[in-house]
Amino acid sequence: MEDDSTNSTTFSDGDAVPRVVIVDDHRLFRSGVRGELGDSVEVLGEAGDVDSAVHVISEKQPDLVLLDVHLPGGGGVEVLRRVLAQYPRIRFLALSVSDAAEDVIGIVRGGARGYVTKTISGKELANAIVRVADGDAVFSPRLAGFVLDAFSATDAPPVDPELDRLTQREREVLRHIARGYAYKEVAKELFISVKTVETHVSSVLRKLQLSNRHELSRWATARRLV
Amino acid sequence: MAHGRIGASRTTSYTPGSGDRAVVETAVEPPRLTRTVQGRLLGGVASGLARHLGIDPVVVRLAFMALSVGGIGVAIYLALYLFVPEEELDREKTEHLEDDHRRKGRDVSQLIAYTGLALGLGFLFLLFGGVFDPLLWFVVFGALGAVILWQQANPAQRDAWVSSTVHRPGSKGLMRTGVGVLLIVVGVAGFLLFQEQLQNARAGLTFAFTILAGIGLVAAPWIIGLVRERDQERRERIRNAERAELAAHIHDSVLHTLTLIQRRAEDPREVQRLARVQERALRSWLYQRPADAETTVRPGLERVAAEVEEEHGVPIEVVCVGDCDIDDGLSAMLRAAREAMVNASKYSDADTIAVFGEVEEEEAFVFVRDRGVGFDLDAIPQDRMGVRGSIIGRMERHGGGARIRTEPGEGTEVQLRMPRIPQM
Repeated sequence: MEDDSTNSTTFSDGDAVPRVVIVDDHRLFRSGVRGELGDSVEVLGEAGDVDSAVHVISEKQPDLVLLDVHLPGGGGVEVLRRVLAQYPRIRFLALSVSDAAEDVIGIVRGGARGYVTKTISGKELANAIVRVADGDAVFSPRLAGFVLDAFSATDAPPVDPELDRLTQREREVLRHIARGYAYKEVAKELFISVKTVETHVSSVLRKLQLSNRHELSRWATARRLV
Repeated sequence: MAHGRIGASRTTSYTPGSGDRAVVETAVEPPRLTRTVQGRLLGGVASGLARHLGIDPVVVRLAFMALSVGGIGVAIYLALYLFVPEEELDREKTEHLEDDHRRKGRDVSQLIAYTGLALGLGFLFLLFGGVFDPLLWFVVFGALGAVILWQQANPAQRDAWVSSTVHRPGSKGLMRTGVGVLLIVVGVAGFLLFQEQLQNARAGLTFAFTILAGIGLVAAPWIIGLVRERDQERRERIRNAERAELAAHIHDSVLHTLTLIQRRAEDPREVQRLARVQERALRSWLYQRPADAETTVRPGLERVAAEVEEEHGVPIEVVCVGDCDIDDGLSAMLRAAREAMVNASKYSDADTIAVFGEVEEEEAFVFVRDRGVGFDLDAIPQDRMGVRGSIIGRMERHGGGARIRTEPGEGTEVQLRMPRIPQM
């Protein structure tokens, strides 16, 4: 996103590896992720609940936090709320076994810049981390599906057309992601650049986070975010 | 969420199968009305009542004494003494009882003080009024009945009775209710009779209504409490049932699958299949996806994918947007999608298959995509039923269409499109 580009390092060029904190209440899972990521990231620390997560993140100032949705002490959303209020620069990638819509939408509306399920392969996860650390958004096929659903489900007229409606192009991009296409494949398919795909996804992310559309707020209330 | 909260509830006891008689006692309830053993002066009625109402026993004792001036207090006291059960002491309390006995001296002095007060009041009453005023006794009857019913309505009491009389459920309670109603009726009727004697029916009616209103006032909070208690009880029971179901579910399915996985550890494909099947079952159970796969597209597609996955052991990820009822055309599309998934599982060598379904206003789409070996579409022999017959032909017969995009090494995507018949 435009306002995030103050961060000059781009990890995709391979200049540096993202510095990461892993937050998950399953220790086995944390060490599994650590092992799978290998040298593609630098793991600064780990945390297993909300309080220690906030502490570790504030102390280590990572580029990116891998955040589990379900955490003792208020869940990933609580971590987002407390960290982003102080350090808006830190980026979050949500990682969860849950594919319940309210969890997925809830954590993204809470400020995560992407959502992947825990079944993701180590290589894909490393790619997703680099992408989010660079300020882009990462949508899994399922998240793309939820977003399409959220923005088309209601008959209620949009309150703010700029935020409450997806453009035709954004819908196309999301549809391809939902079909299992990687960004590169989407770009090739729609005859646009990968950068443009990223821009569209970021714009969808912004709408998802800011829109007050009926369906979204319903999800939000279900998760007590509002 | 449903994870890991088993057994964390407070003070509930639930016996599966006992239905409505499940007893729930919660910490927020005031203590049951029982006659106390500790700190009692006579029968433990006043102190018990005081504890039940949460007020000082002195107040209750004084009230009893004031009422006793006309005999009412004595009658109420006796009635409560007969009807209210003595409290049950647990072991710990019994030990403390020793201390109470040592403090007996203070209790006796209290008793003397109350007796003196009562004598004084009685003396005053004898000076100014008559004990044998019939009016008084009808009021006593009415009040007694009210007290019995009022006590009856205490939900905790009711439950205690119900649960303690398993063999004759509620008979004791019924009897009590009957006696209470009878007493009230006698009280009110007697009042009216008495008033006729005085030829002042109007005042009598007024008085009767006053009694009824009083009873209503007394009973109302208890009825409300009863309803609340019922609700809470039901919620607790539902929660307990869910918890029991969760435990049973995990026990039956998850543990079972884990055992199977350990046994088949040498066969990674089978292990993965088992894990996926279990994962899907658990998910659909946790997030309660609608189970009626026959009626709408989304669960239909998920079910088809699950079936193919179980058969062929290749994970299939389904994402679906929108939903609608399945008609003939959509049913054909689901069958074609199934065929596409089967092909991808069998021939593509892909690790996973992505399925995306989308229901729009006028059309429905299904995309089945794999990143496998792909194939040369023109090289398919004409007689291969799979693609031409089961997919393309089937879709076209129902007014839809199918496109297959594939290249050797690039994977395959089968795109299915079916127009929707406008809903009535």
